[in-house]
Amino acid sequence: MKLATARMSRAAPGRLGPVWTFLFRYGPPRWTEYVLRNWSGQRLVIAVPYLWLLVFFLVPFLIVLKISFAEFSPLGRPPYEPVFQWLEEGALQIKLLIGSYVYLFNEPLYVSSWIYSVKVALISTLLCLCLGYPMAYAIARATPTYRNVFLMLVILPFWTSFLLRVYAWIGLLKTDGVINNFLLWLGIIDEPMSMLYTSFAVYIGIVYSYLPFMILPLYSNLEKHDNTLLEAASDLGAGPIKSFMRITLPLSFPGIVAGSLLVFIPAVGEYVIPSLLGRTDQLMVAKLLSDEFFLNRDWPKASAVAIAMLMLLVVPIMIFQHFQNKELQANRR
Amino acid sequence: MQAAERRVDKSKTKHEPWRDPHAEAYVRFENITKRFGDFVAVNNVSLKIFKKEIFCLLGGSGCGKSTLLRMMAGFEAPSSGAIYLDGQDMADIPPYERPVNMMFQSYALFPHMTVEKNIAFGLEQEKGLSRSEIATRVTDILDIVKLGQFAARRPHQLSGGQRQRVALARALVKRPKLLLLDEPLGALDKKLREATQFELINIQESLGVTFIVVTHDQEEAMTLASRIGVMNRGEIVQIGTPTEIYEFPMTKFVADFIGSVNMFEGQLIEDLPDRARIQSDELGGTIFVDHGISSAPSATVWAAVRPEKINILRSPPADTKENCVKGVVKEIAYMGDVSIYLVKIDTGKTVRVTLPNVERLSDDERIAWDETVWLSWHASSPVIVTQ
Amino acid sequence: MTSRGLFSKSMLGFGFVFLYVPILSMIFYSFNNSRLVTVWDSANSPTLKWYARLFDDSQVLSAAWLSIQVAAMTATGAVILGTLAGLVLSRFGPFKGRAFLQGLTTAPLVMPEVITGLSMLLLFVTLEQLLNAAFGWQFDRGVMTITIAHITFTMAYVTVVVQSRLASFDDSLEEAALDLGARPARVFFRITVPLILPAILSGWLLAFTLSWDDLVVTQFVSGPGSNTLPMVIFSRVRLGVSPVVNALATIMVLIVALGVILSAILMRRQEQRRKREEQMAASG
Repeated sequence: MKLATARMSRAAPGRLGPVWTFLFRYGPPRWTEYVLRNWSGQRLVIAVPYLWLLVFFLVPFLIVLKISFAEFSPLGRPPYEPVFQWLEEGALQIKLLIGSYVYLFNEPLYVSSWIYSVKVALISTLLCLCLGYPMAYAIARATPTYRNVFLMLVILPFWTSFLLRVYAWIGLLKTDGVINNFLLWLGIIDEPMSMLYTSFAVYIGIVYSYLPFMILPLYSNLEKHDNTLLEAASDLGAGPIKSFMRITLPLSFPGIVAGSLLVFIPAVGEYVIPSLLGRTDQLMVAKLLSDEFFLNRDWPKASAVAIAMLMLLVVPIMIFQHFQNKELQANRR
Repeated sequence: MQAAERRVDKSKTKHEPWRDPHAEAYVRFENITKRFGDFVAVNNVSLKIFKKEIFCLLGGSGCGKSTLLRMMAGFEAPSSGAIYLDGQDMADIPPYERPVNMMFQSYALFPHMTVEKNIAFGLEQEKGLSRSEIATRVTDILDIVKLGQFAARRPHQLSGGQRQRVALARALVKRPKLLLLDEPLGALDKKLREATQFELINIQESLGVTFIVVTHDQEEAMTLASRIGVMNRGEIVQIGTPTEIYEFPMTKFVADFIGSVNMFEGQLIEDLPDRARIQSDELGGTIFVDHGISSAPSATVWAAVRPEKINILRSPPADTKENCVKGVVKEIAYMGDVSIYLVKIDTGKTVRVTLPNVERLSDDERIAWDETVWLSWHASSPVIVTQ
Repeated sequence: MTSRGLFSKSMLGFGFVFLYVPILSMIFYSFNNSRLVTVWDSANSPTLKWYARLFDDSQVLSAAWLSIQVAAMTATGAVILGTLAGLVLSRFGPFKGRAFLQGLTTAPLVMPEVITGLSMLLLFVTLEQLLNAAFGWQFDRGVMTITIAHITFTMAYVTVVVQSRLASFDDSLEEAALDLGARPARVFFRITVPLILPAILSGWLLAFTLSWDDLVVTQFVSGPGSNTLPMVIFSRVRLGVSPVVNALATIMVLIVALGVILSAILMRRQEQRRKREEQMAASG
């Protein structure tokens, strides 16, 4: 509604001279009018979500950043030394320790969990793409009636509890679980395989939980493709595989990027899935962070892990936002 | 100039307040400039519009015509300059307090309200109107636009023409001092468009509202407008009645933009009060006009000749020295009412000629492809523009 | 052409099997008598005994009630804030700090939950200290802190939904309302809100589900005694399967499936009616 422009600008205040004449002629400025004029509806409307996000989203990060540089004091309440401190002479003392960060990159337990997290996220994203792309493609190509049913079937699990869906895999994967029982009954295997509490189980869990996030952006991209492009390609002599590689795949690139990032980013920081299905001898960073915080009460180290994780994810997040904005603008046109 | 003399003649019979130097303008744009960042959308436009006019702003996309309209409605604030309506400065008045209503290009009908509710919406915002008054006014306006039996429908249950009339009714029911119409017929098909044009004029005349119409369609502007303001790159390049704009364009741009035209570049070799001659290399001859140009001697000028003002002859006319050129017919397009001939003249330039198909001719009577012809026109036909 | 069609179609079939077998097996074994869950006790099954057990389980029931309260408050708060943010971003034109606001609203979408949880908790701890030092106020972490944290990360979803809905219809409707004399606030309530109502509703449901479902952030910001349903479930299933959880899952899946299918049918009906009416309008 272009409120920003609908409200007409008033004459800009002049220099001091007119201010004085104004003061003497009309008495003191009516501040209520000023407030009403400058805090008109639209500024208020902008301010509410803005302030909320600043206070509850941005400020917390600054606090995490601050604490990540603090010194751990196991017996303190809270368990860290203050970073900023007013000394008696009125000087401000700032103590920044990078100890937590140094530890992060030297301690083998930490280093291996970083590598493991990224590895798990990468492999799961790739698996998700391999399964999600053909699914999205088939849905986009289905007749409109089927298309809606398929989409509903993809989205439906998303509305049911994430935790319970991960839990369902325990029953399937455990040693006396459904899959082992089924395979034993078929006679394919002689003794049960151990699948639960392995990396494999984590891949399955991530692919399972995040598949809709891969399919939906891919679908909304593939659905927009003009079928005449493929007809033109086949008219020009390209076979089905070639026209897929040369036309459909490059055109769906934004969808691939969006879908992959939507899986990769949360997968790196996944907590529930590895806790329920994953290896007990190899931690992922999220678990590391929560253990550091809840078990060791080492707030500075937990904060440092959070900051480092953020640094790792900042590039993918920025790429994602870039594509997200482009998508929104494309919808607008 | 001769054009000015003709204008005086016409003003005796018609309502043409712009001829009267003492007439009070109803809408005044004074030195309006609008910038969006570095882009100047409207550049120093001054404009006077009189009561009960239908004023058309005509121009291509991005010429600033819609921005001008949106500033009048109050959706954009001018970067500098002032807008007056009925003597009142509009600068500090937000859109919802302006006595101005707009008919949107997309019609902008509220999809969640019935036709009746859509029309009543504007009245409900006014203070001191009783329910029964609102109901009466809605019924009245529905009768005017002949939509009485569609009152309970939703916009998506209407055809394009009906939606257009709802949009018109919704804006008119507020009895605005000024109605702004953004491409009012743009979304209608050709047949419907013609019928609606005349309907629109009738409604305007019976209600006496002043209209400002924005359009890119010159035909629409020609039929609707009392005056047209042609815009290009944020500036108004010419204001005049449809006839003036068509017959006496003041610049190359206007001549070219309105209708089609053959343009010959040349040098002024004679310039007297009652006649002028132009030597044109593009034509390969001399153009003679029966009025003066009053331009600098030997200045570069352009002679614009409309295709329908050119005659095609199969044998050379008596005087081949001036306003005449020989050529070969390269293309013929039969359009039904007229035929278009593209004739390549000796200098290599292609000239466009239209002839009405008055009689049914047999094949050998018609001018044929690759036939050598002579083109000529009357000394009053060319319009000489200097820029 | 056909061979690729076949491949993608069979992948679609496989994908759906992959998506639904775990859920269906969970439902199936909820009727199993055996405590071992996946070992079918054919003698005494099917049975509803775990459902009876579930409705006697006061811990689960009170956690569920708490979760419903938190989720409803979260959804309402997130819808209000998210709608405002969506409106600001898509309708207020360029203003100072717009890009920053856009970043702030989309960042929570992709932020790992542990980070959100940790940072929210540290904020609450800091606030506790500050308020205590300044005014001597005390507050306990619990329903309020959980709700605030949930609103913060769910409002981003509402914003995205509302923003894309607003982008899909052009702002001339709102301009028309302004032009007809409605003040901005009235334009918002009479024109904008009715038009984006579907988005607001689905945003509310989305926020409700996300809040109802959240474990990680809740674990960080909840206080002693405020256990939400996911926390209870998590503590039960950490050490393996539990038949009561299967029963609970079955009920939840059924509710969701019913809701989704019903709404899909309703939407389809509406769509068909609309199409019919449009055709009628075009033909006469």
